[in-house]
Amino acid sequence: MPLTSDPAVTGDPPAGPAATARPAPRRAGPPGADDPADLKVVPVRHPWRWAGVAVTAVLLAQFAHGLITNPAWEWGVFARFFANGTILKSVGTTLQLTVYGTALGFALGLVLALMRLSASPFLRWVAFGYIWAFRSIPLIVQLLFWFNLAYLYKRLDFGIPFGPGLFHFDTMGLVGAMGAAVLGLALHQAAYAAEIVRAGVQAVDAGQLEAAAALGLPRARRLRRIVLPQAMRSILPNATNEVISLFKGTSIVSVMAIGELFYQVQVVYGRNGRVVPLLMVATAWYILLTTVLSVLQHYVERHYAKGAAR
Amino acid sequence: MSAMVEIRSVHKSFGSVEVLRGIDLEVAAGRVTVVLGPSGSGKSTLLRTINHLEKVDRGWISVDGALVGYRKSGDRLYELREREILKQRTGIGFVFQNFNLFPHLTVLENLVEAPLAVQRRPRKEAEATARRLLTRVGLAEKADAYPRQLSGGQQQRVAIARALALEPKLLLFDEPTSALDPELVGEVLDVIKDLAHQGTTMIVVTHEIGFAREVADTVVFMDGGRIVEQGPPAQVLDHPRHERTRSFLSKVL
Repeated sequence: MPLTSDPAVTGDPPAGPAATARPAPRRAGPPGADDPADLKVVPVRHPWRWAGVAVTAVLLAQFAHGLITNPAWEWGVFARFFANGTILKSVGTTLQLTVYGTALGFALGLVLALMRLSASPFLRWVAFGYIWAFRSIPLIVQLLFWFNLAYLYKRLDFGIPFGPGLFHFDTMGLVGAMGAAVLGLALHQAAYAAEIVRAGVQAVDAGQLEAAAALGLPRARRLRRIVLPQAMRSILPNATNEVISLFKGTSIVSVMAIGELFYQVQVVYGRNGRVVPLLMVATAWYILLTTVLSVLQHYVERHYAKGAAR
Repeated sequence: MSAMVEIRSVHKSFGSVEVLRGIDLEVAAGRVTVVLGPSGSGKSTLLRTINHLEKVDRGWISVDGALVGYRKSGDRLYELREREILKQRTGIGFVFQNFNLFPHLTVLENLVEAPLAVQRRPRKEAEATARRLLTRVGLAEKADAYPRQLSGGQQQRVAIARALALEPKLLLFDEPTSALDPELVGEVLDVIKDLAHQGTTMIVVTHEIGFAREVADTVVFMDGGRIVEQGPPAQVLDHPRHERTRSFLSKVL
């Protein structure tokens, strides 16, 4: 016990030099002369911490002051466009891209993760190849490929592989700009999602799978009921990162002239020349929605923390 | 008395290491067999082959007259489909050294998971059975707790109840008390003893010699992937015939 506390606090007259090195401050007489419980504890002061706080506070105040008083921010313009109809519609498009990209991306990612964990070397290698390819190609390059899909394949036939087709679509009609964007985002996302899911599944103790197998649980149920809920604990923080970065990454789609938030903002400032306040409109929306996602993350994580000690 | 478990010249290797080198063993229905031996002797692997958690390389095992994991046709053994193996396993309860309770499910959910999913029993009935089993292991009031809120001994008792929920004809225990604090070993052994007295067929891998002496009908001593000797506890534990058994017992007793 005396090892972890200050000698002046314990009041025990400890033997050795440590006792004389730090006598109780402002006390007449030797330490331990009075009732040990009467000794006052004086916490260590941290003057430099206070200096740091002061400097940071001044800098913050200056920054806030600048935001409010500098007319170049044009807060009036910001307010006029923040909840403007076209902007709201473009926010909707951004959300659509995020939701579809996430849903399709993680669905395909789950399949890829299971392939990578499969007993078949062929499936493992295909999944690895996919992940390798889609992590190597910049998203923007990939999006432009999908956008120009009709140039590569004019028609998509469904039928017997290498045999006659039963029905077909014109690629142009099937993959519109929005479709191409969702496809590109989802395929890109799937490569990252696959690795996140795989890491999560591998983090589950092997004993859990054995116990489930010993109880005779079918494979699919083992995965859905035993492995995935436990894997979610380590999947969720990474997955939320991915969703947030996909959400902001949708701004890349503006190169395909899709009316999402960032594209729409560019259109508006192209017309009225108010670049900064309109960029602030986009920024505010991205911050707002990311905040909502973070709050959501908190509750979903709490749900999957059931039964966890920490 | 008919043989509940029949093991015939079972061999098993992990890579180049031969863990089981020809095991022959019979376990009569309603009897308790305790397997002793130093670590690395293959006793846990043997136990895991009985419910096909490990495949055997040669030889065969049958439980209640049915080959485990294979179907015999002529002079060939055809590996069973996963579904058939899972069905066999529901007749064999397995209790792990590290309990392996599902931490994200409550105690009650742990117990009803397999009866609901595998035997398709109605939830009400499965829960009633589960509560009865929890009472039997003295944990009726813990039904809604999560495994991590329980002590090791309590967790292992829940794991035993979970194995019993499928009403298996055979129970396998893989060092059920090795991961427990010494003062918690007794409560788990008491539950196992209670089961033994009710005529459950059991194979128990353990280091608890006292438990073996008290409960076992047969004690099997393994070393180096072989069964060195077997017999009633009075014979194997008190008058071992083999030098290897004698030296092992002198170290653990």
